[in-house]
Amino acid sequence: MDLSTLLQILDSTVRLGTPLLLACLAGLFSERAGIFDIGLEGKMLMAAFFSGAVAAITGSVLLGLTAGVLSSLVLSAIHGAASITFRGNQLISGVAINFLASGLTVLIGQKWFQLGGRTPPLTGDGRFSPITLPFAETLREVPVIGPIYYELISGHSILVYVAFAAVPLSWWLLYRTRFGLRLRAVGENPAAVDTAGISVVRLRYAAVMICGLLTGLAGAYLATALSAGFVKEMTAGRGYIALAALIFAKWRPVPALGATMLFGLLEAIANRYQNIDLGGVVLPVQFMQALPYILTVVILAGFIGKATPPRAGGEAYVKER
Amino acid sequence: MTRMPRWADVALIPLLNLVIAFAISALVILAIGENPWEALKIMVSGALGSSYGWGFTLYYATSFVFTGLAVAIASHAGLFNIGGEGQATLGGLGVALICLSLPWPHWSLALLAASLGAAAFGAAWAAIPAWLQAKRGSHIVITTIMFNFIGASLLNYMLVNVMRPVGSMDPASARFPEGATLPTLNDMAAGLGFVWGKNTPANVSFFIALLCCLGVWALIWKTRLGYQIRAFGKSEPAAVYAGISPVRITMYAMLISGGLAGLMAINNVMGEAERLVLNAVEGAGFIGIAVALMGRNHPFGVLLAALLFGFLYQGGGELALWTTIPRELITVIQALVILFTGALDNMVRAPVERLFARRGIR
Repeated sequence: MDLSTLLQILDSTVRLGTPLLLACLAGLFSERAGIFDIGLEGKMLMAAFFSGAVAAITGSVLLGLTAGVLSSLVLSAIHGAASITFRGNQLISGVAINFLASGLTVLIGQKWFQLGGRTPPLTGDGRFSPITLPFAETLREVPVIGPIYYELISGHSILVYVAFAAVPLSWWLLYRTRFGLRLRAVGENPAAVDTAGISVVRLRYAAVMICGLLTGLAGAYLATALSAGFVKEMTAGRGYIALAALIFAKWRPVPALGATMLFGLLEAIANRYQNIDLGGVVLPVQFMQALPYILTVVILAGFIGKATPPRAGGEAYVKER
Repeated sequence: MTRMPRWADVALIPLLNLVIAFAISALVILAIGENPWEALKIMVSGALGSSYGWGFTLYYATSFVFTGLAVAIASHAGLFNIGGEGQATLGGLGVALICLSLPWPHWSLALLAASLGAAAFGAAWAAIPAWLQAKRGSHIVITTIMFNFIGASLLNYMLVNVMRPVGSMDPASARFPEGATLPTLNDMAAGLGFVWGKNTPANVSFFIALLCCLGVWALIWKTRLGYQIRAFGKSEPAAVYAGISPVRITMYAMLISGGLAGLMAINNVMGEAERLVLNAVEGAGFIGIAVALMGRNHPFGVLLAALLFGFLYQGGGELALWTTIPRELITVIQALVILFTGALDNMVRAPVERLFARRGIR
């Protein structure tokens, strides 16, 4: 394998890993605050649809992005109401949100565009275009570093850089601010946070809304940057892979980057090579597709380190018993 | 704890939840520019107005009974089995391997063997998450979700690389032999001398589903194991104190659950398609969640809820045929039913409880 092939694979790793990274950080905020979220998939799908649809109608990708994030926030608010205010089962609420998104996107898409759930293809300002970083063209001829800078680091859409910047930002927010400390505490021991006179409900809603914002970006990236328009069921299980990556990363932001890029790499390899021949043993493409899930089960089983979720995860907080 | 009479808990609350879910569905239909009342009429006449409609309604309902019972029995043990989809996929693999292995002389033998195969494969697919939950404390919701995807990949591999007949481009198994063809309800009605449900897929597995309802009811409320499952589901520490082994109950509950989900394959794979195709389950595993929630995890409730969803599925198909409403409306209704009967249950329950408490109705 030469450098250019390697760079191409790594380049698509970044592209495919970005929505996973955004969704994984989204899940991280929610789950660190004690709200399980298996509705990442649905929120991404909803955001992908609304960003694609609004961008197609208005021709402006920024309006599309706004609409996508808003739609994702609405679903987050439903999840918050169900799991925080009404103390319902968070897993069931997540399942419902996934179905709601999967049905509504096609229903509204068909009503608006009559294209069988698809949105019209996006062109020009309807999409996020690649950004060429400074000096990328000039440095291109420099051996090794030039192509890496030109192919791999430069030339992505703004949302990719936002996603990568979100990693240190999340780390800082969670581990270096008062809000972050409280947010983590509310996922471990909400009663202690409550005793300190801080609102558990408000903190958890804040976390769920941050989650909605980030899944909104992830969905918008799918429809307006990775592809040009929305296609029915376009998230294709990415919300669940992000969930898997979150466990893989043991609910920490920096390892989340590693986990999502690893899963992005697996997807990139599976897209590029059908079957992989490892000197006699042939790995079928289906195995590569299943690998993120298999790795997650192995991690969950605790054979490679222990993945311990936030202690109060999944439980509604009742002030007085 | 209960401030409500039993009838309100069992019937009134689910009914109110359902009414809200359907009212919002009606608003959705209005929003996309169709008339909800007309839509309902089309659904009722299309799904229940003829024996043709009933033939499809019962066919869908049969699948949902199996997956609904699967979710219900796991729920009694306090486990959320979201992996019905994968377990039913593997059940299909079991059915196909058995149907294709022998030139079956009679359908009854084939059905017996295929049922065992379906249940065994489904149970095996539930066994790993169950074991990991029981022994290693891995969250069963996440592991069963992962196993859905792994199951889909496994089926894809088996169909494309192993079971696909030579020369065929279609990722599907060969057709099952003649002897493995299950009698449809239409055939059975014809045997009794009248015409019912011509060209519909409802088949003898409907009766197996009914038997399973009875069996699950007896298991949960009339056996020692059922008592232990319920005790474990209500309070794990209390169950452990009473000498009930968490590992044993988790394994049993999930094996039965996976087996029931796997059994669905005798309906869709053996009874309808008569070969194994990609994505044969078509989301029925997830509908089991809605069915179990609505049926309050009681086999009779599961049966009623499965019939309702069978009606929605067939009615939704008719809607897509005669109006501009796409089939995905059913997904939205399903989502709303799960949301209101499951996650937002307290939104309805709390005010109703207060009402009963104030009135002092007993």
